[in-house]
Amino acid sequence: MNIENLTICTAAEGLRKRAFSSVELTQGILDAIQQKDGPINAYLTVDAEGALKQAAAADAARSAGLDNDLLGIPIAIKDIINVEGQPCTCASKMLEGYVSPYDATVAARLRSAGAVFAGRTNMDEFAMGSSTENSAFKQTCNPHDLSRVPGGSSGGSAAAVAAGTALAALGTDTGGSIRQPASFCGCVGLKPSYGRVSRYGVTAYASSLDQVGPMTKTVEDAAILLQALAGVDAHDGTTSPVEVPDYRAALAGGLKGLRIGLPKEYFIEGTDPEVMVHIRKAIDDCAKAGAEIVDISLPHTEYATAVYYIIATAEASANLARFDGVRYGHRTAAPESVFDLYAKSRAEGFGTEVKRRIILGTYVLSSGYYDAYYGRAQKARTLIRQDFTNAFKQCDVLLTPVAPTAAYKRGEATDDPLKMYLGDIFTVPANLGGLCALSVPCGMTHDRLPVGLQILGPAFGETMLLRVGAAYERLRV
Amino acid sequence: MKYLTTIGLETHVQLKTATKMFCSCSLKFGEEPNTNICPVCLGYPGALPLANREAIKLTVLSGLMLGCTINKHSTFDRKNYFYPDMAKDYQITQNTHPLCLGGGVTIQTPNGPKLIRINHIHLEEDAAKINHYGQFSGVDYNRGGTPLMEIVSEPDLSSQDEAMAYLQALKQILVYTGVSDCNLEEGNMRSDVNVSIRPEGQTTLGTKVEIKNMNTFKGIYAAATYEIARQTYALTHGKVLVQETRRWDPDANETQSMRSKENAHDYRYFPEPDLVPIALSDEQIAEWRSSLPELPSARRIRMMEEYGIPEYDAGVLADARENADFFEATARLCDKQLGKIVSNWFMVEVMRLLSETGKAIGACALTPAALAELVTLADQRVINGPTAKELLPELFEKGGMPKTLVEARGLGQVSDTTALEAFVQQAIASNPKSVEDYKAGKKAAAGYFVGQVMKLSKGKADPKLVGELVARALEQ
Repeated sequence: MNIENLTICTAAEGLRKRAFSSVELTQGILDAIQQKDGPINAYLTVDAEGALKQAAAADAARSAGLDNDLLGIPIAIKDIINVEGQPCTCASKMLEGYVSPYDATVAARLRSAGAVFAGRTNMDEFAMGSSTENSAFKQTCNPHDLSRVPGGSSGGSAAAVAAGTALAALGTDTGGSIRQPASFCGCVGLKPSYGRVSRYGVTAYASSLDQVGPMTKTVEDAAILLQALAGVDAHDGTTSPVEVPDYRAALAGGLKGLRIGLPKEYFIEGTDPEVMVHIRKAIDDCAKAGAEIVDISLPHTEYATAVYYIIATAEASANLARFDGVRYGHRTAAPESVFDLYAKSRAEGFGTEVKRRIILGTYVLSSGYYDAYYGRAQKARTLIRQDFTNAFKQCDVLLTPVAPTAAYKRGEATDDPLKMYLGDIFTVPANLGGLCALSVPCGMTHDRLPVGLQILGPAFGETMLLRVGAAYERLRV
Repeated sequence: MKYLTTIGLETHVQLKTATKMFCSCSLKFGEEPNTNICPVCLGYPGALPLANREAIKLTVLSGLMLGCTINKHSTFDRKNYFYPDMAKDYQITQNTHPLCLGGGVTIQTPNGPKLIRINHIHLEEDAAKINHYGQFSGVDYNRGGTPLMEIVSEPDLSSQDEAMAYLQALKQILVYTGVSDCNLEEGNMRSDVNVSIRPEGQTTLGTKVEIKNMNTFKGIYAAATYEIARQTYALTHGKVLVQETRRWDPDANETQSMRSKENAHDYRYFPEPDLVPIALSDEQIAEWRSSLPELPSARRIRMMEEYGIPEYDAGVLADARENADFFEATARLCDKQLGKIVSNWFMVEVMRLLSETGKAIGACALTPAALAELVTLADQRVINGPTAKELLPELFEKGGMPKTLVEARGLGQVSDTTALEAFVQQAIASNPKSVEDYKAGKKAAAGYFVGQVMKLSKGKADPKLVGELVARALEQ
């Protein structure tokens, strides 16, 4: 058993052939974390005892004749997804010591499939950030170059998968938080369509944008994980009743006859030329494999980042209000009044970026400014969505870069929030449009840093996305 | 100078649902603090709300009863404010697209009927209850998340008496429809009262003062009365009123300032992204409309026609839906001519028992079938009136059917002439003095003989028949 190279698929095969047990596999992952996570810091907490107990239960279930693709497979979980009895800090001092009383729906679904919870991964505090440097607890490093960031906010999940300390992980994506770290760390990241996966039990950053998705080594693994996560949930009224198709069945489709759109607004000055070389190469490869390349325009793209930072922060300002020191979480030592309790608990518990976004969100909703900011942002969001609707009349998927650069040095972007925000330029439109989007590795820079290719599909078009992703993956082997 | 009063009410009504507005916690009143709670109503990280369909239905039913237009597309919004009684530090309410628009309530005033228009009705969640214990306070989240319907009137009320009439009418309709118990002691119906006054002749409204969160009609009346007097005194003494929010202190019997307009909250309303809009089809609304009960005023008129009962009786019976339902069920089982008699039985005998025992008609053992049988037995003179009245408390207490009791105890009225004539002869024979009196012209002595015969028959004789037999015997 070579833990580092195992995928969900190959590990499942090993378990089925009894080449190893889930306990052995889980112990292998725990050992890998022990040996390799020191310098990387992908994990915040690991419940070894609990994981081995789950693994033993999975082995017993298998002996009793049960089988599915996730039975006994260890999965790392971003520390924003609630699992009963485990911490869920969201990488914030605000929730240090908090133990969750309930399972998120995605956790419950993995649990009932017999998956093992390998550990909880680091992130930007409350998913606000693109480098995982906003964690209150740890600095996660990019396994390809420890002096660089893993991306964010799901940087811990991406780094664990890339370092081989996880077979696969769950991340969340509000404006690119799955796809960008997947790109930076060289793994596969899938942001499902809004409403495809339940948000119940996922600590909310921006409710109309958040989605949970898989971060894996292969497109097939992403399909397997999505299969387990997707579908309507009685606890989340925003999940869609659209039927969940067989994602793995879509993987063999190939590129022949597909129309691939290139939105011109995503091929602009400012993107690292080295990144562009790999994206162009990927497009050529797809064309050679029989795809038709179509030029597309998404005219309202230039507003996407501004719209995103208004809507996301507005929703966050309300979503994070509940962290007030009254019922759970950090409470200041000696408050003088209820409002002093709020002010001090929040001042002490939240980090700088979280405060910045709460203040921004509070401002754009306030009386006299609402129409100019939030109101206009909602209108612009509708236009961005219409851009995509029109585009998908002309093509099956869109191909773009995930991010304008490969992984940058730690500390490089932290002083300039605006510069960091602009790094989200290619990923936020998918969240605003409710689309699905996939990040797949498409090459390495001269510095041996991964570059990610983004495949965008229409809402609930995950099968097409996975088909293109898998076909492209096969071209690269 | 004479001042005119303008009052508008925002009335919060607790809906009669089994569970909370956005989670499935129970709404049982009077439980131990913080026992009916879950991650959703405690605002735990990651928890999401789900709208209670029954609460939506009850709000729409209220809207239909009050003549509102039902919004087929309505939405929820977040109202942001920090306070420990709101677990999420925002309240989910309806700000821009409420479920019901327009409509109104007709009240009776000394100048005749008056329509009080309704601006809108929206649905929201209640806050938790804060209890103060000297040095500290405790929050009981059992009440947090209770479905509340807020009925916002137009400023159409011109006195505290009209405000009372409006609230009474509203309460009757809501209880009638089964939308709410409107139990004031449990805080089921709480109102914010907006009061302003202006000099007679002035068309624009005066400066508005809002008095917050009152749960008794008496308090609302007293607060409005106080506020009108306070504002009138201020204006007649050349003072300027400020737009503000005040609270009613029942002990001090006065309103006190809470905050002025400058310090008003900025609630930063925005659409609730966790809840999809409520979409109602025409078919759904039509189905709910067909399930509406008849309004008391319409029912009064129909009952007068259908059962031939006087307006007074119909009014008393229609006042409470349960009573009217019971009366109608009983009257329908009786002969058509007996409407007024059934009404007498219900209004005199049954209602006396209800008030003596403090029970609601639904909580006692008496059934419409039993009452109908009792009335019919008396009407057919199978039993006499006093016997029937004696049986009622037992039927009320223990249930059962009167016929069974009558047969088992041999209470049937004696209408056998031969048997009764023997009693008459016995009575005459033992009271020669009274016979003489009668013959001397004291006709009232006949009543004495009737009483004697009733006694001899152990109360079971038909009094009317005995009267005839006695008269005939004495004349001989």
